Amino acid sequence: MNLFVLMKRTFDTEEKIVIEAGKIQDDGAEWIINPYDEYAIEEAIQLKEKHGGSITAVMVGGEEAEKELRTALAMGCDQAVLINIEDDLEEPDQYSISQVLYHYMKDQEFDLILGGNVAIDGGSGQVAPRLAELLDIPCITTITKLEINGTDAEAERDVEGDVEKIKTTLPLLVTAQQGLNEPRYPSLPGIMKAKKKPLEELELDDLDLDEEDAEPKLKTIERFLPPEKEAGKLLQGEPAEQAKELVSLLRSEAKVI
Amino acid sequence: MGKKVIVLGEIRDGELRNVTFEAIAAGRTISGDGEVIGVLIGENVQSIAQELIHYGADKVLTAEDPKLKSYTADGYSQVMRGVIEQEKPDSVIFGHTAMGKDLSPKLAARLQTGLISDATDVSVTGGNVVFTRPIYSGKAFERVISTDPMIVATIRPNNIQASEKDTSRSGNIESVDVSLTDLRTVIQEVVKKTADGVDLSEAKIIVAGGRGVKSKEGFQPLQELAEVLGAAVGASRGACDADYCDYALQIGQTGKVVTPDLYIACGISGAIQHLAGMSNSKVIVAINKDPEADIFKIADYGIVGDLFEVVPLLTEEFKQLNIHS
Repeated sequence: MNLFVLMKRTFDTEEKIVIEAGKIQDDGAEWIINPYDEYAIEEAIQLKEKHGGSITAVMVGGEEAEKELRTALAMGCDQAVLINIEDDLEEPDQYSISQVLYHYMKDQEFDLILGGNVAIDGGSGQVAPRLAELLDIPCITTITKLEINGTDAEAERDVEGDVEKIKTTLPLLVTAQQGLNEPRYPSLPGIMKAKKKPLEELELDDLDLDEEDAEPKLKTIERFLPPEKEAGKLLQGEPAEQAKELVSLLRSEAKVI
Repeated sequence: MGKKVIVLGEIRDGELRNVTFEAIAAGRTISGDGEVIGVLIGENVQSIAQELIHYGADKVLTAEDPKLKSYTADGYSQVMRGVIEQEKPDSVIFGHTAMGKDLSPKLAARLQTGLISDATDVSVTGGNVVFTRPIYSGKAFERVISTDPMIVATIRPNNIQASEKDTSRSGNIESVDVSLTDLRTVIQEVVKKTADGVDLSEAKIIVAGGRGVKSKEGFQPLQELAEVLGAAVGASRGACDADYCDYALQIGQTGKVVTPDLYIACGISGAIQHLAGMSNSKVIVAINKDPEADIFKIADYGIVGDLFEVVPLLTEEFKQLNIHS
């Protein structure tokens, strides 16, 4: 199978967000592969183990993105592609990124494209479904199970807690939901092999894509932190008294009951 | 000059979901003195179309076909494309639900425009429609505008106020022709989660358990409290990892991000990743044995104690108030 995994890097979940001059500061920040993309990488590896084939990890980003791509290679991807847009697109939005990915993927031979269903930084989950639409292939989001039989695909997806069993055919794009699998840790041999696996760097010119055609359609005019919560009330007394007082406060003060 | 806004309504178990009314309100804000058109897709939707008018739509377009009974991206995309071609709107609004999240990017891609996902607020300032949305799982927020004239957005449930229902409002309900080409995905089966479950993302009250719940059975007192309150049950990642409950309940940076009116955290320490998923709740109650637990830093009301003692007492108190669940 020709498998492609879309991935991005995000701040580690421990990171506190700092905003300076309207921008998110990333000096000294720890980065990780977007957790939902890890499920996608793991699923691709398991599919390759079962059906054979090749996995290409694809990332749109800047120079430093190489580190996360090497991790994907260390987990078991065969080659990686970094589409470096640093010099061409300053504040790309989901329209921009999906245009970039489309111009790359349209020239590739693929059976299945996998991605995480959402990134924990942007939180919009748009890029993968957009890409599927541009490529005119079916798309199944938030999958918790996937089985491929020849060109048939059967998936289970999480729909706000319900489980939907859905059937379609390749070529296909799927996005991963938590519970799809348990991503493996890169092994030491894997990490060593990853250093030698091909990592190709491309820019917009290589994709025959003009900056103007990937210009964002959205503009962020402000970024801010939510107001700091003030210390609340610690209720005193025996549990029975605390319970009574809490119910009373929730009714009369907080007015949420 | 007013804008023409299309709002895709969503039906669950034969009823319109709350987020639809909230989306209409958002549509009204965006439209100014323009027109808000509700769209309902499915089977036998005519009978509930009127309710969209009562909540602020000026007219409703219905698309009915047995093939549209369940949501499929292909089916609903085709209908929406037809509606957009017919009406030529300035804006299309969805709820940020499973359906909205799946459909809106595909539509935005086809319309070659931007998409503002998961908006918690919409306002018109200086001629711009400004959307506020959380980033980094709610650790920060951004305000976004569309530089393209076509504005497509999804709104987070339980954040934008729906208008008061006004049954004196009237408007046309028109059916649109549906001619579907092959649907590429086929739904074979839907296994519903527990029948009484309240959806976490729309719940106004959530009772959540952490590692302090100690076992699967430990969730029982929380379930009982939730039942009395008509609340949804959630969990921290710690509880899910320890197999006390299903991952579907997980609230946090790598789980669901929720904004209920009331969040009752039981046996949850308050790790930064969990806080990211619930810190924007309107009122937070924390019950934990450990007085140093981080959760107390953001709780409006805290009880240092054993949840197995406190939660049943709370349940009793609420029962006595005769809360309709």
